[in-house]
Amino acid sequence: MSTESMISPENLVYAKPELMNDNYMHYCPGCSHGVVHKLIAEVIKDMGIQEITIGIAPVGCAVFAYNYIDIDWQEAAHGRAPALATATKRLLPDKMVFTYQGDGDLAAIGTAETIHAANRGENIAIIFINNGIYGMTGGQMAPTTLPMMKTATSPEGRNTETMGNPLKILDLVSLLDGVCLATRQSVHTAAAVKRTKRMIRKAFENAMAGKGTSIVEVVSTCSSGWKMNPAQSNDWMVENMFPMYPMGDIKNI
Amino acid sequence: MSEEITLMKGNEAIAHAAIRYGTDGYFGYPITPQSEILETLMEEAPWKTTGMVVLQAESEVAAINMVYGGAACGKASMTSSSSPGMSLKQEGISYLAGAELPCLLVNVMRGGPGLGTIQPSQSDYFQTVKGGGHGDYKLITLAPNSVQEMADFVALGFELAFKYRNPAIILSDGVIGQMMEKVTLPKYRTRRTEQEIREQCPWATLGKPASRKPNIVTSLELDAERMEKNNLRFQAKYAEIEKNEVRFEEMNCEDADYLLVAFGSTARICLKTIELAREEGIKVGLLRPITLWPFPSQALNSYADKVKGMLTVEMNAGQMVEDVRLAVNGKVKVEHYGRLGGIVPTPDKVLEVLKEKVIQK
Repeated sequence: MSTESMISPENLVYAKPELMNDNYMHYCPGCSHGVVHKLIAEVIKDMGIQEITIGIAPVGCAVFAYNYIDIDWQEAAHGRAPALATATKRLLPDKMVFTYQGDGDLAAIGTAETIHAANRGENIAIIFINNGIYGMTGGQMAPTTLPMMKTATSPEGRNTETMGNPLKILDLVSLLDGVCLATRQSVHTAAAVKRTKRMIRKAFENAMAGKGTSIVEVVSTCSSGWKMNPAQSNDWMVENMFPMYPMGDIKNI
Repeated sequence: MSEEITLMKGNEAIAHAAIRYGTDGYFGYPITPQSEILETLMEEAPWKTTGMVVLQAESEVAAINMVYGGAACGKASMTSSSSPGMSLKQEGISYLAGAELPCLLVNVMRGGPGLGTIQPSQSDYFQTVKGGGHGDYKLITLAPNSVQEMADFVALGFELAFKYRNPAIILSDGVIGQMMEKVTLPKYRTRRTEQEIREQCPWATLGKPASRKPNIVTSLELDAERMEKNNLRFQAKYAEIEKNEVRFEEMNCEDADYLLVAFGSTARICLKTIELAREEGIKVGLLRPITLWPFPSQALNSYADKVKGMLTVEMNAGQMVEDVRLAVNGKVKVEHYGRLGGIVPTPDKVLEVLKEKVIQK
C-alpha cells in the first residue's frame, strides 16, 4: 500500500481541531497548555458555538491563548479575567464566556476576582491550569507550589513555615453556592485527556444552561519550570502533584 | 413633552443621566462621597426598563476590570468612585487606554493622600490628566461645575470616548457630587442593539461570525517596534483630540486686567469673587477649563498679553497651575491659591489672595 493511497478521508482517525489556527505555538515541549487548548477548540466546535464564544486570556504563559483558537478574545490584566467575564456574560447573556487562567493568575493575584465571580454564580466556565509554578516569568514560586519544591524564588525549597502552604483554591471555591462544578483533571494520558474534555464540555454546558460557575482545574506539567524532560515531568506530576491535588470531582451538580 | 426639571444631587444626576443615555453597564463599589450613584441606580432598577446592567463589584479593581470586559464588547460601560478608589482603578484605566477601549469613568474627588478625608478636594488633577497608571496615555477629562453638567457630561463623555476609542472621565468633587441644584435631565435614548454595535464597533468581541477574523482586545505587543507603532498611533490620536476637543468657558474676560483660572466647584466660587472685585473697580475675569485634558492652553496663552496677572484657584497644593504656567510660557505672572484636605476656599479670601499675590506685586 502506497503512502498516497493511505492518505484518504476514510482512513482519517485524528486531525487538528478545525478551530486551532496555524500560528506557531510558543509553549515549551511537554507543556500541558497545548493539549488543553486543543480540547477547548474541540468542545467549541462540537457544541457548534464558535460564533457566540468569547474567551478571556490571562497573564502568564497562556497570555497568547488568543493566538491559537479562532474565536473572539479579550486579554485581561493579571488575575482579572473573572471580572471581565462577569461583565461580558451579564451584558451578553446568550454568549458562551470562559476564562483560561494559570495558578498565579487565578490563585494569587486574582484570588478576590475568582472567589467573588464564583460566589455570584456567574454563568461562566473557568479553565484553571495548575502547574505549581510561574512559567512565563521564569519559574518562580506560585501559591500552588509544593512544600520543599525548589523554584527561582524558593531556591532552597518552599518553606511552608515562612512561605505558606499550597493553596487548594478549587476546594475553597467548591464551598460556594454559586459553583455548580469544581473538578480536578489532568492531561498526561489518553484516558485523562478524554476525561478532561468531558469536564470542559460539562463546564461549557453549565454556563450556557445558566447553572452557575464551573471550574475545571487541570493539574499540569511545566517541563521548563520544573527543569525536567516531558516524560520525567509527567512522572513527577503523578508522584508529587497528585497527592496534594487529587483527581476527580469535588462538586458536580 | 415639556422639559423635566428636577432638584437633585450631582451624584444622583449622574445616575439618572446614565440610565437615560442608554448606558449598557455600570460597575461600582461604594465610597463616600459618591455612593449615591450606585445607590440611585439600584433604586431605579434600570435592568427592568432599559435593560442596563448594574452590579456592585467586590472592589474598585474588579469594577474597572468589569468595565474593561463590557467595553471590549462595545457596550457603553461605566464606573464611578472617589479618590482612594480611583487609585485602585489606575491599573485597569491604563489597560483600557492601552487596548483603546471607550468607557466612562467618574471621580468625585475627596481630600488625600491616603484615606484622607471625605470632604471635597481637587487633588487628583495630576493623577487624572498626567496619567495615573503606567505608560504614555491620556484620559479625556471633563470637569463639571454644576449638577446640570454632571448630567450633561455623561452623554458627552460617552460620545467622545466612542469617537476616539479612549476612556473619558468626569472629574468632579465632593461639592458638585453632594450639592442639590435644579437640573434638566436628558431625554431617554435607546440602548444600541448588538447589530448596531457590530456596525459601529467592528473591533468589539461579540462572537466571531464566519465572515471575519477573530477580534482580539489586548494591550499586549511584545515586539518593541510594533509596540512603538501602537504608541505613536495613540499619540496621533491624542494630538487629534487636542486639536478638536478643547472646551472652556470665559466669564467677564473681555475687559479683564486679571484672570482667575479655576475648574469645577472652585470656578463657581470664583464667579462670586469676580462680583466682589468688580464692586471695588478691579476688572477680574475667569477662564474655566471644561476639558482639563485636552487643556485650553491656546486660550490661556492668548490672554497672556492682555492681562497683568493670573491666579489659579484649586482645592489642592498647586496642580493645574503648572499647566497654566506652561500655557503662558513665562509671558505673565501666574500664582496659585489652594486650600487642602477638604477645605473649600471662600470668594473674599480668593480676592484677598489675588490682591496680595498678583495685583500688588
